Amino acid sequence: MLNTLRPDPTFHPSARLAMEAPAELIAYTVLLSPDRSRPDALAVVDVDPQSAAYGTVIHRLVMPHSGDEFHHFGWNACSSVLSPLSGHAFLQRRYLVIPGIRSSRIYIVDTQPDPRAPVLVKTIEPDELLRKTGYSRPHTVHCGPEGIYISTLGGAGPDGTQGPPGVFVMDCENFEILGRWEIERGPQKLHYDFWWNLPRDYMVSSEWGLPPQFESGIVAEDLLAGKYGHAVHFWNLRERRHVQTIDLGANHQMALEVRPAHDPAREYGFLGVVVDTANLEGSIWTWYRENGRFRIRKSATIPAESADAGRLPALLKGFGAVPPLVTDIDLSLDDRFLYVACWGTGELRQYDVTDPMKPTLAGSVRVGGIARRTAHPNGRTVGGGPQMTEISRDGRRVYFTNSLYSSWDDQFYPDGVPGVQLMCKVGAGGGIELDPAFCVDFGPHYRAHQIRLQGGDCSTDSFCYPSA
Amino acid sequence: MNTAALWLAVVGLGLYHGLNPAMGWPLAVANGMAERRAGAVFATVLPLGGGHAMAIAVALAPFAWLGWYLEWSRAIRTGAGALVLLFGLYKLARPRHPRMLARIPPGRLAWWSFLMATAHGAGLMLVPFMLGLCAAPAPGMAAGAGAAATGHAGLMGQLARANLDTALLVTAVHALASMLAGLGMAWLVYRHLGLRFLRRTWFDLDAVWGASLALAGAAGIALAW
Repeated sequence: MLNTLRPDPTFHPSARLAMEAPAELIAYTVLLSPDRSRPDALAVVDVDPQSAAYGTVIHRLVMPHSGDEFHHFGWNACSSVLSPLSGHAFLQRRYLVIPGIRSSRIYIVDTQPDPRAPVLVKTIEPDELLRKTGYSRPHTVHCGPEGIYISTLGGAGPDGTQGPPGVFVMDCENFEILGRWEIERGPQKLHYDFWWNLPRDYMVSSEWGLPPQFESGIVAEDLLAGKYGHAVHFWNLRERRHVQTIDLGANHQMALEVRPAHDPAREYGFLGVVVDTANLEGSIWTWYRENGRFRIRKSATIPAESADAGRLPALLKGFGAVPPLVTDIDLSLDDRFLYVACWGTGELRQYDVTDPMKPTLAGSVRVGGIARRTAHPNGRTVGGGPQMTEISRDGRRVYFTNSLYSSWDDQFYPDGVPGVQLMCKVGAGGGIELDPAFCVDFGPHYRAHQIRLQGGDCSTDSFCYPSA
Repeated sequence: MNTAALWLAVVGLGLYHGLNPAMGWPLAVANGMAERRAGAVFATVLPLGGGHAMAIAVALAPFAWLGWYLEWSRAIRTGAGALVLLFGLYKLARPRHPRMLARIPPGRLAWWSFLMATAHGAGLMLVPFMLGLCAAPAPGMAAGAGAAATGHAGLMGQLARANLDTALLVTAVHALASMLAGLGMAWLVYRHLGLRFLRRTWFDLDAVWGASLALAGAAGIALAW
């Protein structure tokens, strides 16, 4: 990769400076073929309101293999490169690292020279990942000290259950897999998301389930038996050592997304829990550090909504209710608004988290949903519900897709989840509203998962300087 | 090159090292901002300066010790110059940055500063100039008659001590200049210029740094002859 003489202009020392950067013009969205009949793809979406192609797919990079199931992805380099400890800020935010969660294959896509027509430059085959790390099912991608960190959901063996999943490190210039990140993993056995506070030197990781618990769909018996992940782990980042586990209680099934405050001077963050098996509610938790120890508190709950059994899929008929299913959360760069995707009820919530211990509901939109099936303001019916959420750097636009994971989509939304990408506009003091003019249609054969914004967004970049 | 010019080079290299963001002043800015007090900027510069000084001393001491082989003086100085020159050329040819250093915990600043300066060859850059200063006659050393009375071994012992003293003095003067330059930059950014300045002015100095090493090495060889 070409080194630059100056830091990439999309790297920002603090979250506040990132908020002042120019608005995004392009979004990259991963598309998956739910029946694995076609190769997955990366869609380039025009999000420039001045463009004639606004809200449409302007390019589609189709991968050479099928069956990858794209889920999460990330940049080779982000604002964390400006860490004063790295001493070297001269990389480019240029390559997208796209793992296939089902195939364990990893694609490296170059967004230069034409960001509107990215090209595939390298493919890392699953056996290389397995040989060098013992991990499979690569998932979350973050740029950090030493290179690219990628979490995995599976260990070795055909079903990914031989050995625990974890995090591995990849070189951010030649994309060689360097090996496992953990030196001492403590009791950690499951994985999902991870993120960190770089200057404070800690990492937080969460739990979903092992591949047999998600690849063929949700395992209802495991869910009711409390066998999905329900703990959050804290790590010493540079020493690569597990330091603390907090168990949320077995009824809090699937502790998924981890969103630390962007300002590294603030030592707290949020965690979304998909479902409480006791009452089907979803919840938001706030973790914080006090006298060197991490603590966590349930800070918001979202109740299930009762529904006519006739409108419910087999999995939920017996309950007569729809769980909100908090499958994604995202925090604006000013650490003020937390967006909570309730994929089951078809609601996107905006919480004011100025006081992180007392999130207050500031806005809400509805689209899709298992029982409600709310139409988009443009009249279109939408399968699924608000799912992977991405906030613009300035916090004024919130983009989201509607698919969770192919086999789970089919269980909760048997009528199908044709891929769409929608957008909410955010009021100056809060409040959200769906933009009727923005509805990207990816066609009936593809579903859409995570979105990345050109120049960075609210779930990729980590900052090393306070916003003060 | 006369003694004054050599000392000027030592001070100049100190300012140059201190101003290079890779040697750590952005850490002082970040700590000041995180703690929201100016004192944290100053407190951070101390371990950074200490680590830098250690890295310089560790590189200079062996060469100072070798310096008492007066009869081999030219060969030692040429060899040292060639070593620095080659290290500079290596840095130019292979610009990859030692990313391992980003793994050191932010709390171990002196250790980080020591390793960062060592990896960059900060101490090596000073070797040719220090050897120039070692060769300069120290008070009481030049008189052959006085030395003869104490014998050859005594003279050599005196020389070795004097050269080590010179190395320590070079280290102290250089590190002080480096600390003051770093502190100045950190303070300006923390107090007046803000983080925008950091983004605007952070240039990749790796090539310049490699060239500086090569230049210092060449100067060392030239000084020996």
